Amino acid sequence: MAAAEFDIQYIARLARLELTPDEEKKMSAQLGRILDYIEKLRTVDVSEIEPTAHAVPLVNVTRPDVVCPSLPREEALRNAPVQVNGLFMVPKIVE
Amino acid sequence: MLHTFTISELSARLGRREISAREVMQSCLDQIARVDGRIHAFLSVDEADALAQAEAADQLLAREGAAGRPLLGIPVAIKDVIAVKNQPLTCASRILDRFISPYDATVIEKLRAAGAIVFGRCNMDEFAMGSSTENSAFGPTRNPWDLERIPGGSSGGSAAAVAADECIASLGSDTGGSIRQPAALCGVVGLKPTYGRVSRYGLVAFASSLDQIGPFTKNVADAALMLRVLAGHDPRDSTSVPEPVPNYAAALEGEIRGLKIGLPKEYLIGGLDAEVKSAVDAAVKTLAELGAEIVEISLPHTEYAVAVYYIIATAEASANLARFDGIRYGRRVTGADPVELYCRTRGSGFGPEVKRRIILGTYVLSSGYYDAYYLRAQKVRTLIRNDFLNAFKRVDAIVTPTTPTAAFKLGEKSDDPLQMYLSDIFTISCNLAGICGLSVPCGFTRSPRLPIGLQLLGRPFGEETILKIAAAYERQTDWRKARPEIP
Repeated sequence: MAAAEFDIQYIARLARLELTPDEEKKMSAQLGRILDYIEKLRTVDVSEIEPTAHAVPLVNVTRPDVVCPSLPREEALRNAPVQVNGLFMVPKIVE
Repeated sequence: MLHTFTISELSARLGRREISAREVMQSCLDQIARVDGRIHAFLSVDEADALAQAEAADQLLAREGAAGRPLLGIPVAIKDVIAVKNQPLTCASRILDRFISPYDATVIEKLRAAGAIVFGRCNMDEFAMGSSTENSAFGPTRNPWDLERIPGGSSGGSAAAVAADECIASLGSDTGGSIRQPAALCGVVGLKPTYGRVSRYGLVAFASSLDQIGPFTKNVADAALMLRVLAGHDPRDSTSVPEPVPNYAAALEGEIRGLKIGLPKEYLIGGLDAEVKSAVDAAVKTLAELGAEIVEISLPHTEYAVAVYYIIATAEASANLARFDGIRYGRRVTGADPVELYCRTRGSGFGPEVKRRIILGTYVLSSGYYDAYYLRAQKVRTLIRNDFLNAFKRVDAIVTPTTPTAAFKLGEKSDDPLQMYLSDIFTISCNLAGICGLSVPCGFTRSPRLPIGLQLLGRPFGEETILKIAAAYERQTDWRKARPEIP
């Protein structure tokens, strides 16, 4: 049964979301109820049915692979939480 | 009183130079000063910028007249999820609370080219996730018809602003009903175009296969005008469709005699408030008297729509919101390493409903569960879409209540997410099927006096038909004459 297998800490980690213990508890219960509700989809006969990823009959919309102007650097950095020398500053990634 | 007029009424007077764009904009700003302290439709208003645009509009009017600019001098308010250059773009979230947009969305460029005054950031449910505007990180918006009640969501601010005459029209976005439901609850017209009709470039994405931008207006004619300005192919949005844009206003003329309108039996269910049913029944009767043929139809997979939506929309949202990581923009809470930074930033920056949906979306896409949930939901989505396409072989449009009840009280459903989700039952299938839909006022509950909306659903790119039916209905009724009395 989906609800019992729902490991909220694991999923939160995948989603890069820190939850308080209180949030974990409350959300687990709420999501459990929602997942129970979603179970009704198991009863639908979907054999031979193609999935719809996209409601409109468009495929492979492309444009020529040509360099076009994009956002100037200053604009791109304008909302940066921390910037140094025209670069986004981040904590160390590699030891 | 200029703020109480419609686009058409103002355009005529502006064109004749009886009034100025500055007077119109000032009238809206005065109304905002009078009522928005209580309604909170707006998160921010840049008055100086709005008045400067109005001045420019007046100069243009004096030099060239309004020709080719159908919205010249018309103040249009914008849901805070659509990018306007140099204005805030918070999506009603703490994680973007200081973000300033470096560019204009395509719809904003189009509004400007049409001469509109683009102003204000309208309140909404955070990242468009919600049906009541109670999920805003900056406080709810209140329904102008009853300040203890919700205006609907997620475009609650945009709907309330039009209902309270704080602007002449506004833009919202609709992923599962977020334009149509607040339009119904606030007693205004709200239109969700066919998926792909209006560019999503500059719309902060919630669910990329479901989102559409659309207008809130005071009447159907204004909605037709707005749609003509907003619609059209955009090479910057690869999901926008190269379908020619018809003259929607021309479609409003004429009778609806002979049109076939479907009544889906699955929508007339328990949980539908008696007064809502009665108002919708009366509206259907009016349509029949106008010569439309009412046909009972079946949309057999209706009962699965909410479940399908909450798998697909949350899955897409979990992907779309991954970009809010505190690195390039938005709030950052630092950490010893990037992963800790992400977890803390997102944990503190997102509100509970957003976190709930991201977690649900991540789960349904995760290894071992993808087939059972996401893939299965996409297949049921095909069945839902087919229900509509089959129905449209027999009828020209479908009529339903927009919502099962009138506006509920603030706090009434906010503790039970599932209850909140189920209130979207009538609007949600439209987005899954990719078709168009609108809500038009069709009455009020007795006590308290709250608006009720009639929903019309049309085939893909069938906006002309639903606008025509809505206009014919509107001509026979005078719901628009009632205005909320804001204490």
